[in-house]
Amino acid sequence: MRVSIPLAAEIAVARAAGRLSRLARTGGGTTVPGKLIWKLDPGAIDRLAARLPLGSAVISATNGKTTTAAMAASILGERFRLAHNRSGANLVSGVASTLLDARAAELGLFEVDEAALPEILLRVKPKAVCLGNLFRDQLDRYGELEHVAEGWRSAVRSLPEDASLAVNGDDPQVGELARERPDALVFGVDDPSAARPSLQHAADSKYCVRCGAPYEYVAAYVGHLGDYRCPACGHSRPPLNVVAREIELHGLDSVSFELVSPAGTSVVRLRVPGLYNVYNALAAASLALSLGAAFDEIVAGIESFTAAFGRFERISVGDRGLLILLIKNPAGANEAVRTIVDGGAPATAVIALNDAIADGRDVSWIWDVDFEPLIPGLTRLVATGDRAAELGLRFKYGGLDAGAIDVVPSLEAALDRGLELTPPGGELVVLPTYTAMLALRQIVGERGFVRPYWERAA
Amino acid sequence: MRIVVGHLYPDYLNIYADRGNIAVLSRRAAWRGHELEVRSVSVGDALEPGEHDLLYIGGGQDREQALVAQDLLAKADGVRETVAAGAALLAVCGGYQLFGRSYRDLHGADLPGIGVFPFDTVAGDTRMIGDVLLECELEPGVHRTLAGFENHAGRTHLDADAEPLGRVVAGFGNDGESGREGCRVGRALGTYLHGPLLPRNPWLADWLLTQALAHRHGGVPELEPLADELEAEAHAVSARRAATRGGGRR
Repeated sequence: MRVSIPLAAEIAVARAAGRLSRLARTGGGTTVPGKLIWKLDPGAIDRLAARLPLGSAVISATNGKTTTAAMAASILGERFRLAHNRSGANLVSGVASTLLDARAAELGLFEVDEAALPEILLRVKPKAVCLGNLFRDQLDRYGELEHVAEGWRSAVRSLPEDASLAVNGDDPQVGELARERPDALVFGVDDPSAARPSLQHAADSKYCVRCGAPYEYVAAYVGHLGDYRCPACGHSRPPLNVVAREIELHGLDSVSFELVSPAGTSVVRLRVPGLYNVYNALAAASLALSLGAAFDEIVAGIESFTAAFGRFERISVGDRGLLILLIKNPAGANEAVRTIVDGGAPATAVIALNDAIADGRDVSWIWDVDFEPLIPGLTRLVATGDRAAELGLRFKYGGLDAGAIDVVPSLEAALDRGLELTPPGGELVVLPTYTAMLALRQIVGERGFVRPYWERAA
Repeated sequence: MRIVVGHLYPDYLNIYADRGNIAVLSRRAAWRGHELEVRSVSVGDALEPGEHDLLYIGGGQDREQALVAQDLLAKADGVRETVAAGAALLAVCGGYQLFGRSYRDLHGADLPGIGVFPFDTVAGDTRMIGDVLLECELEPGVHRTLAGFENHAGRTHLDADAEPLGRVVAGFGNDGESGREGCRVGRALGTYLHGPLLPRNPWLADWLLTQALAHRHGGVPELEPLADELEAEAHAVSARRAATRGGGRR
């Protein structure tokens, strides 16, 4: 039999553990208290979430969930005190830690790991859920895409009637989730001029979710996201409620588009680049709309957003700059590569491949990334991380001269090598996997250029 | 000289970066002055025996694999004739399973394979996931290692007299028990190892190219050695991973 411990006592113990973790410098303490309370009493998370006066909003996606949540925080944070897991601790323990830390919060705003979504929806009982996309990602950890999609389908079916749902209609698997919920907001892109000429090599959901025939795309925007139609059974993209039109990409600086929604229409200029950030903005706008935010608050919130942690983050390092774009799976890395190349292909790049659990132990995904557009402009690739040699091979067999590849497994040495190759006033492009990104930020932080991630302000 | 590769279902079976294997074959042929032409052979396409010197089939998710399984049965005779005539073959992961005799899924249903390799596969309820290291002897007295990554629920049981691709040094292998991994019938190789397999194991790419050249042009072709330092380093890192965190360590 479980001994009943008062919630207040559990909270006190768990918070103390988080402070200890930070004191011991073992990390940000972002998940330690949550792990502890999860062990003490899993039901405590449900009760902590239930104490939020305005309830919670949950965001999940393979790609873009951290950025979408940060954009949503930029919209909603003006009006509400948020409990937001902004450092990306997105498993049950991370959500629990955020709840423990958020003493006076009114609204929970959680980005949630795709595989953890069913459990978290059951416990947090959100007011609003926003589902972005499903791409192949870390098959050694998540299993097959279909398995994750099945988890999402049953999680959505068991959502309470009064919870609102926003889904990306451009993703066949995700758009399908709205069919049983007529009130769902469906977002997507409607601008064939921004479409890619063909589906990418690593496109995932390219076969009809109903009958298995290959979809025909009127327009493919990011991976398999687009305006699709099955020629065999007629299954097609659902009607869109929240739409991006008239997209204009401005290199590495920004992207603008016309945001069309039931609450209003406006031209929006994001301070981050790339078509994938248009999807993140649509997701954040849809979530905010379903929570009752006003249209002008939404536009102001997404326009003032700058960058989420490690995702298109610019850090100044003395007289040079770093531009860090997290890469973690083929679809996301393809967008990072395209965005960089659109902004002027760099002559030097540092690419860091680690293979810890959080990166994916199976590194085969790098061969599915279309790195080739970088190759003509590169005079020097610094391949780094625990699997630096494998990354070097990816470029060698992609057509980069082996003499242009430096394999430097130490992240610190690779960073120095990259900076040495960057002229004063220049910017060094760094593409790290997740744990390499954390380690690089720490290295730069120890040199006094960036604050530790758990100290970041809202 | 010319080599024609038939890549089976590249649009369906590409989950573990199978194009990395194709890129390695293409580049290593080109660096020796050979021309490697890759032809897609997908759903509805005919497979003409004699057309290809090397067949390649990769792995897919269950959904994609089910979509091609029926079509593959229609190509079974073509594949078997191609292999019997001495073309080389590399079948990886899901493709490897489809080239056995049968696959029994978790519900007990038997799905037919095309029987290039003498084995049956039974789905297990846990996946065997991790780094792998194998020891191989494809040519008598020539011992080599293969380093890769495996992720499969199927337990593949080779016939007692069948020849595996290699002996498991670290990792699960075909079934997690026998210490055997993959299967070999002449110039046809099947394996669970991806990674992809060939970039960090270039000797196997060269072995396949040699077999493919022999099929087209006869004799025992010699491939000049290449500078493979980076490949050797990647192999060493992957082999160490298998030793420290490969599955099924006994």
